[in-house]
Amino acid sequence: MMIPQNEAELAEILASAKAPLNIQGGGTRGFAVAGDTLSTSGLTGIELYEPGSLTLVAKAGTTIAEIETLLDDEGQRLAFEPMDSRGLLATTGAPTIGGAFAANASGPRRIQGGAARDHLLGVRFVDGVGGIIKNGGRVMKNVTGYDLVKLMAGAHGTLGVLTEVSLKVLPKPEAAGTISVSVVDLSAAVAAMSVALGSPYDVSGASYDPAAGLAHVRVEGFAQSVQYRSGQLAQELARFGAVEEQIGAHELWQDIRDVAGFHGQAGDVWRISVKPSDAVVLAPALQAEALQFDWGGGLIWALMPEGSDLRARMGQTGVQGHATLVRSSQKIRAKLGQFAPQPAPLDVISKGLRQQFDPNGVLNSGLMG
Amino acid sequence: MEMPSPDPAILARKAHLVRRLTAVLPADALIQDEMETRAYECDALTAYKCPPLLAVLPRSTQEVSDVLRICYEEGVPVVPRGAGTSLAGGALPTADSVILGVARMNEVLETDYDNRIIKVQTGRTNLSVSGAVEEEEFFYAPDPSSQLACAIAGNIAMNSGGAHCLKYGVTTNNLMGVTLVMMDGTVVEIGGAHLDAGGLDLLGVICGSEGQLGVVTEATLRILRKPEGARPVLIGYDSNEVAGACVSDIIKAGVLPVAIEFMDRPCIEACEAFAKAGYPMCEALLIIEVEGSEDEIAHQLQLITDIARRHNPVELREAHDADEAGRIWLGRKSAFGAMGQINDYMCLDGTIPVSSLPFVLRRIGELSQEFGLDVANVFHAGDGNMHPLILFDANKPGDLELCEEFGAEVLKLCVDAGGCLTGEHGVGIEKRDLMLYQYAPEDLEAQLRVKDVFDPKWLLNPAKVFPLSVTETRRASALAAE
Repeated sequence: MMIPQNEAELAEILASAKAPLNIQGGGTRGFAVAGDTLSTSGLTGIELYEPGSLTLVAKAGTTIAEIETLLDDEGQRLAFEPMDSRGLLATTGAPTIGGAFAANASGPRRIQGGAARDHLLGVRFVDGVGGIIKNGGRVMKNVTGYDLVKLMAGAHGTLGVLTEVSLKVLPKPEAAGTISVSVVDLSAAVAAMSVALGSPYDVSGASYDPAAGLAHVRVEGFAQSVQYRSGQLAQELARFGAVEEQIGAHELWQDIRDVAGFHGQAGDVWRISVKPSDAVVLAPALQAEALQFDWGGGLIWALMPEGSDLRARMGQTGVQGHATLVRSSQKIRAKLGQFAPQPAPLDVISKGLRQQFDPNGVLNSGLMG
Repeated sequence: MEMPSPDPAILARKAHLVRRLTAVLPADALIQDEMETRAYECDALTAYKCPPLLAVLPRSTQEVSDVLRICYEEGVPVVPRGAGTSLAGGALPTADSVILGVARMNEVLETDYDNRIIKVQTGRTNLSVSGAVEEEEFFYAPDPSSQLACAIAGNIAMNSGGAHCLKYGVTTNNLMGVTLVMMDGTVVEIGGAHLDAGGLDLLGVICGSEGQLGVVTEATLRILRKPEGARPVLIGYDSNEVAGACVSDIIKAGVLPVAIEFMDRPCIEACEAFAKAGYPMCEALLIIEVEGSEDEIAHQLQLITDIARRHNPVELREAHDADEAGRIWLGRKSAFGAMGQINDYMCLDGTIPVSSLPFVLRRIGELSQEFGLDVANVFHAGDGNMHPLILFDANKPGDLELCEEFGAEVLKLCVDAGGCLTGEHGVGIEKRDLMLYQYAPEDLEAQLRVKDVFDPKWLLNPAKVFPLSVTETRRASALAAE
């Protein structure tokens, strides 16, 4: 494993790289490819933190734990709620901030506060031939030139290795409340979540657990406001089934974020993004062993019998969206691919970009197509 | 502002190009008369003008595709245009270019309240997107000042923001899918009604690419339910520093207003003279708006005014009803009009870290003295997006150039303070030559490589965003290939 201690060392390694490398942050998110590992874990440290400007700049290998501890002291947080994949994937190590952005790891708050990419303000990265590139900055609004920041978020290290990230942080709300509704089926759950998300009550989480038959809706903010909105939602959602209100429920949302229901269970795990109302059409067609729903139905986690081609089943329904194979054996991953193949014209563009930023194919080669 | 000289070979082929375009467009969609093409000679950056060779106003994605394919085959540059409200010269043509205006494509294609999306043709104006969903109490969040006139196409090209983006984000945070026509005529669908388009985040790089990567003809946008209510508070201070500290304290306290607007004395004076909103005469004025139910609003305003009082305001005025709220916003909303009455002005758009606010304002004041030009500051303080308005006299020889020089110094100051050249207006031609101040050549090269992929012949809006010297080789080789 190569662990460069600074950006220049990392650039040197990439400038002379001849064979494909496995680019790794904390190595917890299950996107490893064949090849020598190039780790960013030596690039650590928080460079700048200005609570009054809601911005933080850190080296890519800085652990999320370190950042969250610092933010917590100032009553702030990473609002995109990055998933901790270790329970689901049985990985060890410490998730890094660079890894969270490279995977665009966004939790339940995606529907309200945006994805990880929406909180990334600036990057420094090294491309596949060792070029050091900067894009964006450390201010909230920036349209100076092309937004390569977004392009790097979710590129899973295939266009460059992140060395430094600048991000937007947000105040931690005073209180959170959860309204849980007993619903008869998925269709009712999606309808209930749609009512909540279409309300003026600023819902920051809408998840459905089919095993428990419960749809959970979260509101956050000042205590009295949470109490008010929670009460309003409880009233509006009562027509879908029995309603329970609770304060806090931090662990429940952590479990939803980390798909705790699938931990330790055998099978492949897929993550699917669809139009929320399409969940009702898609879910039965998947023939999954277990399902979890987030984002009002727009995010489906499916536990599938090993080797099932979920994308083929999805294709038959005609539902638009995309499915990522998050957990499987090496063999199944090689056969099905972790990322959904793209339509031809998009594939041409993506290949073109990879050719530009990684002409020798050393950066997580083959991972995204 | 230098523009590339028109290619005589293209000018000579005008009739041929007209014949080819006539074959794919309805008669009223092609403008070739020299008197009529003049309507497209500039956008809202009126200091620079040049009529295009032709203008086309297609009505469908297919027509856009046909036009682009023909221009691609003929090697003719294309300048996409939304409503022509760019303050950065993003839609300024060259004499050998075809203006491709999407203004006639303004249909709502789909509204879906259950999934909280609207799909529109991109010639639709920003405000009329909200208008289309108003009945159901929904709205489209990004709200640039020009929202009555500006088109979604231009919003996407410039990644437009607005006063309320502190809470709701800018265009890129509210854009879920696009139909993109590539320069060679290929039609590409990216994203849609689901969150996070698969694969690389192409949507993210297209948004804000100033019409250089493709022409967006349709867009799927996130819509939100309107809050129950909103109310502003007006707070006056006798120094910019104190007002800046107040903003910072409010944010640190965990209150996240939907808007925090800041006006300095020259701006307050001009607005007051123009709109008579009853603003106090002081050094700095904050307008802070919060949303929610009546109780929630009252609670947040209480927190804000408590913090504000600790900084000894000279004025603190809460709106208790819609009428009072309207009066508080009146001056701010007429700021640009007020400036226009006094003089010609140039509106800058740099962004700075909020913490540098007092320093940057002081320095702008010093520069104003040095250049002998007045400047008024009005801006979105919560996110550090400044809009210094430099006053000049367009009829006085040399004044525009002096003003541009002053503007450039202010933008460099923003970069020095840890910020950037443009927060929401875009680079266009206006800030093109300053790009090397913010970015190293290799940083710009990385961006050019992206354009190489989308538009290998460098025909889409080629003279914008990057310094001409930086793009010269690419533009020349594209021409030589003809």
